[in-house]
Amino acid sequence: MIPPRQNPDKMLQSIIQSVKATMGIYKAREDGVYGVLAEYSNPGSLITAAKKVHASGYRHFDTHSPFPIHGMDRAMGLGQSKVGYITLLGGASGLALATWLQWWTAAVDYPMNISGKPFFAIEPSIPIMFELTVLLSALFAAGGMLALNGLPRPYNPLFYSRNFSHVTDDAFFLHIAASDPRFDLEQTTLLLKQAGAKSVEVVYDHGYSELHTP
Amino acid sequence: MTDKTVTLPTEPPLVTGNLGFHDITQLVSYHTEKRPPSVWYMALAVSSTLLCVLMLMIAYLVWNGIGVWGNNNPVGWGWPIVNFVFWVGIGHAGTLISAILFLFRQQWRTAINRSAEAMTIFAVICALLFPTIHVGRVWVIYWTLPLPNQMEMWPQFKSPLLWDVFAVSVYFTVSLIFWYIGLIPDLATLRDRARTVLRRRLFAFFSLGWSGANRHWRNYEKTYLLLAALATPLVLSVHSVVSFDFAVSIIPGWHTTIFPPYFVAGAIFSGFAMVMTLLILARKIYGIQNIITLDHLEKMAIIILLTGTMVGFAYITEFFIAWYSQVEYEQYAFLNRATGPYAWAYWTMMSCNLLFPQFFWIKRLRRSIPFLFITSIIVNIGMWFERFVITVISLHRDFLPSSWDYFNPTIVDILTFAGSFGLFMTLFLIFLRFLPMVAMAEVKMVLPESDPHYYDSPETESR
Repeated sequence: MIPPRQNPDKMLQSIIQSVKATMGIYKAREDGVYGVLAEYSNPGSLITAAKKVHASGYRHFDTHSPFPIHGMDRAMGLGQSKVGYITLLGGASGLALATWLQWWTAAVDYPMNISGKPFFAIEPSIPIMFELTVLLSALFAAGGMLALNGLPRPYNPLFYSRNFSHVTDDAFFLHIAASDPRFDLEQTTLLLKQAGAKSVEVVYDHGYSELHTP
Repeated sequence: MTDKTVTLPTEPPLVTGNLGFHDITQLVSYHTEKRPPSVWYMALAVSSTLLCVLMLMIAYLVWNGIGVWGNNNPVGWGWPIVNFVFWVGIGHAGTLISAILFLFRQQWRTAINRSAEAMTIFAVICALLFPTIHVGRVWVIYWTLPLPNQMEMWPQFKSPLLWDVFAVSVYFTVSLIFWYIGLIPDLATLRDRARTVLRRRLFAFFSLGWSGANRHWRNYEKTYLLLAALATPLVLSVHSVVSFDFAVSIIPGWHTTIFPPYFVAGAIFSGFAMVMTLLILARKIYGIQNIITLDHLEKMAIIILLTGTMVGFAYITEFFIAWYSQVEYEQYAFLNRATGPYAWAYWTMMSCNLLFPQFFWIKRLRRSIPFLFITSIIVNIGMWFERFVITVISLHRDFLPSSWDYFNPTIVDILTFAGSFGLFMTLFLIFLRFLPMVAMAEVKMVLPESDPHYYDSPETESR
């Protein structure tokens, strides 16, 4: 008899979704609602709103601003970025690669006597070790940042909002995704308005957004 | 006195003219969107002509071999290596500004880091060109890389020349990554402002779907910090490795331990001078004097004064060490520098690099734009001569008087060097035309309005 198990497909799906949520990529609701997007007038009111939303128990939400805002990570309840570990891994592999490359090519594969120097020694190998450590760290840091952010991301339903195009200029937004278990269209909209939103709009996954001004 | 209130001395604002977030976006992005000024077309005409000259000279060189240059028997490293070191040196300011000044939290860097980094990348491209064509058989330049080949041979990892290949190409790659990561938010700004479909698509592609999300900024800022921390030792190592090309050999005048720090100081010196030359022109032509202010130029002048004095100190130390070493050849090499057939080059270097920047002790001259412009050019002339002095004077008279000779450049040498300015300027003009020349997101971050606490007090609430 085969014991009943969870559908592996479903399990995989939910793992993928929770990983994507850490990158800020959320799943739209069945009826196409992607989330609610509220605009705030300045970084100060945005950070207050973010604290309020986090305190209300929302987790699938994000703030959008033209520049990083000091103190926002704490307001949103986010921990340390993991880019550092990825960079360390890159640095370690760069160092290992450089050591192996110089030892294997000069002492194993084709040993050659050059003015009586040892085939392999640490001292003359240091510049290349340093360079490759830095090179791989930098590549891993940049690649790790993009991977953790889920970039490149050519499609984002938020881009349907006309107002949202100012986010890279001088506008400040808070977005609560419909995939959050606490999400409720009326309640969530009300919360954002109470937190001082200039305007609130519902963003749909299939191509439009509705603007409500309080 | 009962009033204990102390007013702390405040820094002058980094951005003048009372600009808001949108003003900065507008002021910077606007230049990539409108027709460039006619000065831009004139400059492009000149620089692309020089670029064509460079192409012709390279073709002529590859066809005929490096005999077309003035390199002769004692002076095996002539202008190509002088030019290589000159351009690598210029390519140091950008990453210094973006990495070291970032780690020291020098917020004034935000106005100039983008253009300085662009300049760095273009200068390193020019630098990489010279050793590449200097090898003579350009088509086998890949032998410098550890690639498996039919000869079953590997590069010689104990050679400083090979370290140099790695140092300069790693520096180029890391500078490019650093520059691009910094560009992503600004490319997204241009995407959101784009009016035509093609323009929007193009910037959407390169901005990778950036949406200013705080979850993204969190990783982004960490990455930027890490890249700065990685680039800091890198920028100091590049010119150190370049100096090993000389210092590890046994030629009198080259074989000294002072070379690495002295080369790095000289590189920062010449790099800042080049940034100053370019920005004095760009801020005027593009009307961004409120973002790149006179205070920025003054700070750069102070760095030029500092590094110029360090370089001058190194010049004098070399003489002391030559005397103190008691080595006849070493002593002769330095006497020959100051009094030999190339004394004119030596004294040009001394006056441009050590004496001229000393005028920056005077505040009025540090804040005079015409004077800053002239000095920035004089410094780079001096730094070119420094490399000429080190490379050519040391080689032309070494141990055996029977092999002494005088070096003269040919017309191909001169036109190739002039052409490399064409390559540099063409790339820089294309950058000014199509990409934001100031890091908008970073400049917005140094405005007082970007601090959430700015909005705390009741009188600013209404803003």
